[in-house]
Amino acid sequence: MSMQSLYLTVPLAPLAGALLAGLFGRWIGRAGAHVATIAGVAVSLLASIAVFLDVLEGNTFNGTVYTWLVAGDVSLEVGFLIDSLTAVMMLVVTSVSLMVHVYTIGYMHDDPGYQRFFAYISLFTFSMLMLVMSNNFLQLFFGWEAVGLVSYLLIGFWFKRPTAIYANLKAFLVNRVGDFGFLLGIGLVLAWFGTLDYQAVFERAPQLRDATIALLPGVEWSLITVTCILLFVGAMGKSAQFPLHVWLPDSMEGPTPISALIHAATMVTAGIFMVARMSPLFELSDTALSVVLVTGSITALFMGLLGIVQNDIKRVVAYSTLSQLGYMTVALGASAYSVAIFHLMTHAFFKALLFLAAGSVIIGMHHNQDIRWMGGVRRYMPITWITSLVGSLALIGTPFLSGFYSKDSIIVAVGEAQVAGAGFASFAVIAGVFVTAFYSFRMYFLVFHGQERYHLKPADEHADHHDPHGHDGKPHESPWVVTLPLAALAVPSVVIGWIALEPMVLGRFFDGAIHVDPAHGAMAYLRDHLHDPLSMALHGFATPPFWLALAGVVLAWYLYLHRPDLPERIAARLSTAYSVLAAKYWIDEVYAYVFRDGSRALGRLFWRVGDVRLIDGLMVNGSAWLVGQAARLSRRLQSGYLYTYAFTMLIGVLGLLVMWLVRSRTGF
Amino acid sequence: MSSLPLLSLAIWVPIVSALLVLATGDDRRAGLARVLALAGAVAGLAATVPLWIGFDVRSGAFQFLELSPWVPAFNINYHLGIDGISLLLILLNAFTTVLVVLAGWRVIERRVAQYMAAFLLMSGLMNGVFSAMDAVLFYVFFEATLIPMFIVIGVWGGPNRVYAAVKFFLYTLLGSLLMLVALIYLFLSSGGSFSLLDWYQTPIPMHAQLLVFGAFFMAFAVKIPMWPVHTWLPDAHVEAPTGGSVVLAAIMLKLGGYGFLRFALPVVPDASAALSGVVIALSLVAVVYIGLVALVQTDMKKLIAYSSIAHMGFVTLGIFLFSNLGIQGAVIQMVSHGFVSGALFLCVGVLYDRVHSREISAYGGVANTMPVFAALFMLFAMANAGLPGTSGFVGEFMVIMAAVEENFWYAFLAATTLIFGAAYTLWMVKRVIFGEVGNAEVAALSDLTAREALILGVLAVAVLGMGLWPLPFTEVLDASVNELLGLVQSKLPAP
Repeated sequence: MSMQSLYLTVPLAPLAGALLAGLFGRWIGRAGAHVATIAGVAVSLLASIAVFLDVLEGNTFNGTVYTWLVAGDVSLEVGFLIDSLTAVMMLVVTSVSLMVHVYTIGYMHDDPGYQRFFAYISLFTFSMLMLVMSNNFLQLFFGWEAVGLVSYLLIGFWFKRPTAIYANLKAFLVNRVGDFGFLLGIGLVLAWFGTLDYQAVFERAPQLRDATIALLPGVEWSLITVTCILLFVGAMGKSAQFPLHVWLPDSMEGPTPISALIHAATMVTAGIFMVARMSPLFELSDTALSVVLVTGSITALFMGLLGIVQNDIKRVVAYSTLSQLGYMTVALGASAYSVAIFHLMTHAFFKALLFLAAGSVIIGMHHNQDIRWMGGVRRYMPITWITSLVGSLALIGTPFLSGFYSKDSIIVAVGEAQVAGAGFASFAVIAGVFVTAFYSFRMYFLVFHGQERYHLKPADEHADHHDPHGHDGKPHESPWVVTLPLAALAVPSVVIGWIALEPMVLGRFFDGAIHVDPAHGAMAYLRDHLHDPLSMALHGFATPPFWLALAGVVLAWYLYLHRPDLPERIAARLSTAYSVLAAKYWIDEVYAYVFRDGSRALGRLFWRVGDVRLIDGLMVNGSAWLVGQAARLSRRLQSGYLYTYAFTMLIGVLGLLVMWLVRSRTGF
Repeated sequence: MSSLPLLSLAIWVPIVSALLVLATGDDRRAGLARVLALAGAVAGLAATVPLWIGFDVRSGAFQFLELSPWVPAFNINYHLGIDGISLLLILLNAFTTVLVVLAGWRVIERRVAQYMAAFLLMSGLMNGVFSAMDAVLFYVFFEATLIPMFIVIGVWGGPNRVYAAVKFFLYTLLGSLLMLVALIYLFLSSGGSFSLLDWYQTPIPMHAQLLVFGAFFMAFAVKIPMWPVHTWLPDAHVEAPTGGSVVLAAIMLKLGGYGFLRFALPVVPDASAALSGVVIALSLVAVVYIGLVALVQTDMKKLIAYSSIAHMGFVTLGIFLFSNLGIQGAVIQMVSHGFVSGALFLCVGVLYDRVHSREISAYGGVANTMPVFAALFMLFAMANAGLPGTSGFVGEFMVIMAAVEENFWYAFLAATTLIFGAAYTLWMVKRVIFGEVGNAEVAALSDLTAREALILGVLAVAVLGMGLWPLPFTEVLDASVNELLGLVQSKLPAP
């Protein structure tokens, strides 16, 4: 098989699976649906591995698949760019997707929308692959919006739940705000470069380094800066960066497999990938990098803090995801794009693991998601327990595990960043280590250790979930289709950092795909100061992040296992701080009031006053009324009485007489 | 190329079919009327296929020319010809007519022959508008289309149909009366010709250009419609039967956009350029203001009608950017809107036929009882929100890209449709399609019949096909738009 057809196979195999399950689900049945989609994704994974091996040998590809449209001198194409960056993303996407597909067999076992679900996640895989394999901005935007669509459909998968269909609309609209900026950024690229092809744009970019545009009269802005910031607005939407982060926690309304696949491992990292892909543009603007850096650090620290007060197991992991996406964004802002992709990859594995493990707990706990009513689960769910522990340790950056290598690289890189805001970023990522360890192990201890509390939960709201597996109330381990993916994801969560550190961070694996300006020295510093995974891990025990993480774990242990009475008292004592966190900084409320209510009020004003009263009332029906009135007046003239006509005639004669007199006197 | 008068066939086949359908008389032979109407619509579509095949995409000149004298005393001719812009609209028109006849198949039970005949008649007349190259011929077709639509709304419409029909008629008639004056002026100043080709070469002083532009603008701005002369459209849509709404949105609005391209730009280019700022400003008002108005509608048809106005804002914006990308985007937007809004009105019709309400609040949880319908409705809603991969994205994307080149803030305001369009469309979807079953009537709903599924399925293929591969459409347009832009050069008389 030629390489080109192999490239095509990667996205088309999941698409075929999606179409089979989506259009013919009724005929091929439940087993048919999962066999078809899993086969599609498996083929895609195998093809991705083959492509990856080919790229390792130094082969790359950049070519057109078909021409989308031609208008005058603008030609837009669909095509692939295969290089080291693409190859890594393809592997991450297809491997996590395959695990999630298998897991779904168990998780969605009793759901009536089984085939539909498989169709959606395969369609998602197709869209995400088109996004990462694109060689131009147009197809990037296509994939961008397509993954957004599938995310919308999946968050609202249980479309009877009011919370789910609120969350999916919110997610779509907030993402559209990001896409609004993104599209304008693409517009500037097309207007100034005359093409949307990556390679052509990146080649010409340095020539436009000093170009300016006057967005406001008299104020000249750097073209590249404006373009990069607009593109980054898109990334803020998709990768849930402050202040467009509000949709991600709500997206937890969707079934857990998609939280793992879409809202942790792949789709939300599209923004990170995009900025890394655009490194030749971002490298030209320190201002844009600074915006990226500061946005990322705010997200990394402040979203992590929110994770501390969450009680829903999925929401804790969701805030953790927000915070980790902030870390990746910080790495981008520090010009350490390779490190951002490195963290993206390690995070994809351990966060998918944590989400799937959370889902396993949810099944085991008979659809209880509140960690206050769990405890001691490790006795009943040993595989879920061990894999969760592995995932949590990886997340908090335990030396030798994957998260350690990527997070420590970020912390070191940020220390070397020179752009404005680097000091704050450094503080945020280091403080974030403590916060991460604390909320992660708070959840871990509350779920897996301590007193068993699941039978204490007040009988409540979740009447819509009848549990088919007999109700002895005790948790139970999940079936093998659920635990197998957990085990499979635990392996890379442990080892991938060790393996990939040398090529991705220390080596030159991404050369040619990612461009770093020599003036930005973070990557060079990493290369000079880190040597090999072993010495880095050993050195890691002596650095502040390790001790901060340890402190976070110990504090969580003290508060939630040793003295479980304390947290409530602390919350009461620090009630102001607690309510700020519990209210999520009131951002949702402000948005709802200003944007949702504001636009509706404006719409009603325009409609009732503008359309109904002014245009229709005054202009349209008003002119009809005027014509009516005029007709009524003129009708009086035709009364039919002889004396009226005679009188009118007389007046006319008099009028003419006067006119004649005036004219003859004045000589006109 | 064949010597058959292909354009005449495209015009007269539907019109003659209309007469045949009328000849079946009253509702005792309704079945025959339906079959004849379908045959006529299909024959009309078939008549346009040779146009599609025989059209030379490399040439921007008018093709399939026909010329014979009509009123020799005033040099008025039966003069036909099309370029790529006309071709796409003619194909869209013929295609839509078939769907509309099918859509009215069971629903219309009263005066079936007259109903079907009205649509066939309209179809032929609108093909006439899109292929007339003589101004009087154009004017006659342009005004004649009003009559069948007036009747369709007034006879088969809702409770407030008389107000809506009269408003529709007077609004658009008043708009186009001034155009007649302009046409006569142009006849005189071009030395006694009504031929568009002559007018394209006639120099006109600026003050006259401004007046002529004003007259054209009145006619076409009302038709398309632009803010603030748009208020006839929501009323007309709400009261019109489903088929009427579909044709109104899919084809009749496009007469306005077509008029701008065929008359305003090439005949009075200096005035068009001088006043482009005004037109663009009004277009952007349409996108933002109307987008917000659409958000608060409670009637589905009204919501889609307002959404149409916002989408037509992209057409006028694209046209008055005076660039190839912008104008092609405008035409693509017109074609796509034909598919998407037509499909959405048909979807509302499907619900209305079952529940007899257009109020959003009368529904809720339709996906539970009509899953196939819900999936298709979702697709068309996404197309309306301009999702890439659907036809709705293509035109908006092209126009926004062209706008950035002209002025960043034009693009900024236009791109707000990404947010507003998604907000008003998907909020409606949420309230109609999603959720628990809203009431007993929703619980009793039955999913699409085979006929309904066929109609919506065909439109779904069109929406996706055009979204994934718009090249066949832009291929037809490219040379014609370049030719048009070539004509848009100063027509001021030499000093």
